[in-house]
Amino acid sequence: MTLAEILAGLFPQGHSVTVRDGLVTGSGSFGQGNLLVVGVDGDTPLGVDGALILSRAVLDAVRAGDKAPILVVVDSDSQRMSRRDELLGLNEYLAHLAKALLLADRSAHPTIGLIYGHSAAGAFIATALATRILAALPGANPSVMDLPSVAKVTKLPLDTLREMAKSTPVFAPGLDNMVATGAVHVVLDPGQPLDGQIRDLIANLQPGDDRDRLGEERGGRPVARGISAAVIAQAGRG
Amino acid sequence: MAGAHAASTDPDALSWYEATARQRVVALADPGSFQEFLPPTERRMSPHLPLFDLPRAFDDGIVVGRAALDGKPVLVAAQEGRFMGGAFGEIHGAKLVGLLRAALTLKPAAVLILFDTGGVRLQEANAGETAIAETMRAIVDVRAAGIPVIGLIGGRAGCYGGGGLIAGTCSRLAVSEGGRISVSGPEVIETNKGAEEFDSRDRALVWRTMGGKHRRLIGGADAFCTDSVSAFREAALDLIGRAPAFDLATLEAEQARLESRIARFGDCRDATEIWARLGVNDSEAVPAMDTRAFDETVSRVREADHDAR
Amino acid sequence: MESLTFRHTTQKPLPGSVPNAITGVVASGNLEILLERVLPPDACEVAIETPIAGYGPVWEAVVADFVARAQPGGLRISINDGGARPDTVSLRLLQGARLMEA
Repeated sequence: MTLAEILAGLFPQGHSVTVRDGLVTGSGSFGQGNLLVVGVDGDTPLGVDGALILSRAVLDAVRAGDKAPILVVVDSDSQRMSRRDELLGLNEYLAHLAKALLLADRSAHPTIGLIYGHSAAGAFIATALATRILAALPGANPSVMDLPSVAKVTKLPLDTLREMAKSTPVFAPGLDNMVATGAVHVVLDPGQPLDGQIRDLIANLQPGDDRDRLGEERGGRPVARGISAAVIAQAGRG
Repeated sequence: MAGAHAASTDPDALSWYEATARQRVVALADPGSFQEFLPPTERRMSPHLPLFDLPRAFDDGIVVGRAALDGKPVLVAAQEGRFMGGAFGEIHGAKLVGLLRAALTLKPAAVLILFDTGGVRLQEANAGETAIAETMRAIVDVRAAGIPVIGLIGGRAGCYGGGGLIAGTCSRLAVSEGGRISVSGPEVIETNKGAEEFDSRDRALVWRTMGGKHRRLIGGADAFCTDSVSAFREAALDLIGRAPAFDLATLEAEQARLESRIARFGDCRDATEIWARLGVNDSEAVPAMDTRAFDETVSRVREADHDAR
Repeated sequence: MESLTFRHTTQKPLPGSVPNAITGVVASGNLEILLERVLPPDACEVAIETPIAGYGPVWEAVVADFVARAQPGGLRISINDGGARPDTVSLRLLQGARLMEA
């Protein structure tokens, strides 16, 4: 699904969402109020400049105080890899964007991620993974690193890795594996109206962070939930 | 518990860079106060590394527990940069997430994160990446509850990848000369964009671009430490006492601070140009400055100190 | 990964009362050693996980030498090896035993 198709499905009555240099900002009328849209389109890498444009839009929404839901649409590359970005402190910029989204969540804005293309590494963490609930469309391709690069780093043959990936979702790229680890909560049905599906997600938002529980149930992160629970239990003693 | 009996050393003499994670925690805390959660004796080891024929560690490369700092209760996490580059695997990440969630009910005086990480452990990449996102959400929750989260960065592996994003989520950061903070590492940039963009073998360039002094000068870190455990302890105590709130005002201020940084330095090619524009008289001399001379330099740079994090 | 386990009988228990200790780090050319005082006072067990296969006899000799020198009765010793040389292993084992005697 393209961004234009997604926006058409979300906003049958039209919207003000624009894409400039791969950065998505704008809003449209949605149910009784507005839905704010921010994100990255066209497999664009996210650097210092882009992160600030998106965080500005999110903070403006929080200041407005209307508690409008925020949809973070993502078809990005990884973080922009450049000397300039790191010189300027890219980690602060990406963290700032994530913090803005987390502040919005804490300020009663429902935050929903929607990954419909690629995303990876720092760009993924600063956008889609900083929302309360992350949905995906079939064909989305989140990854930390592609398998050929994993092969290079781990010094394992690519065929071996492909075989391992079938039984071990914890390291392999792709949507199914990110669903299994609990990072992606739900895969939407492109055959059904998108606005209704997003509205249902907003209506059923759960408090807290349930990604480790999902990862345990789905088998993609078999031990994380138990480990964090054990730390909490031991911390609570004496 | 096992952690209490790891070799302890004089915090004045112990190099942060050379110390293991366990040595750092034991020497940082008040003597005898550290109590480890999920200690090595529990053998909570990665279920995934054996598939890659890789050795495991009894603590999965992170030490978490409670301690006292100047008599005040704190929770502490310390990454071991020498094991798998301190990278986030499933258990490693879940221990940090659990510690932060525990802080919400225990309400310690602070949570200290002793970063030493290359980012995500590729053999457990999806679990590591998700754990980083969970960690950032948990840090925000802890900060919003009024508990400072302080990052200490001075280890061999630096603070790279998702570790850099977590660091940027903390209330305050202390860094030493050896501490590097960055998202993409030098080798990653070079591999993807070529040596013309970043020559990873140029170590001076790496330190100028990602090192502790540059981060301190531009306000990317709030304290600069000599490479000793006692210096980091002193910095942690100071930073706990002046942690910014997590609210709209802080993030609006950070937005303005980061916008201003791009406006002022966005056309700079090298850190020395930025330092000169910050008003550092002899910017070429910065890398060789000792801590006292550097602290004096920092004290004249307005951008270095702020509550916008 | 190769797993090796060696069991020895010692003439005496290791002095001290420290219940457990850990030393070293799993890194290239290094290893971590976890020592636990959980066995009968005349028994010592050393279990090794190593990524480098085929060095069983070398490990056996290093462990036997350590047991003879330290008399680590009562200890279960668990090693995660990152490819350490025998002299490093010996050094770390003795370091670990000293921590337990403290």
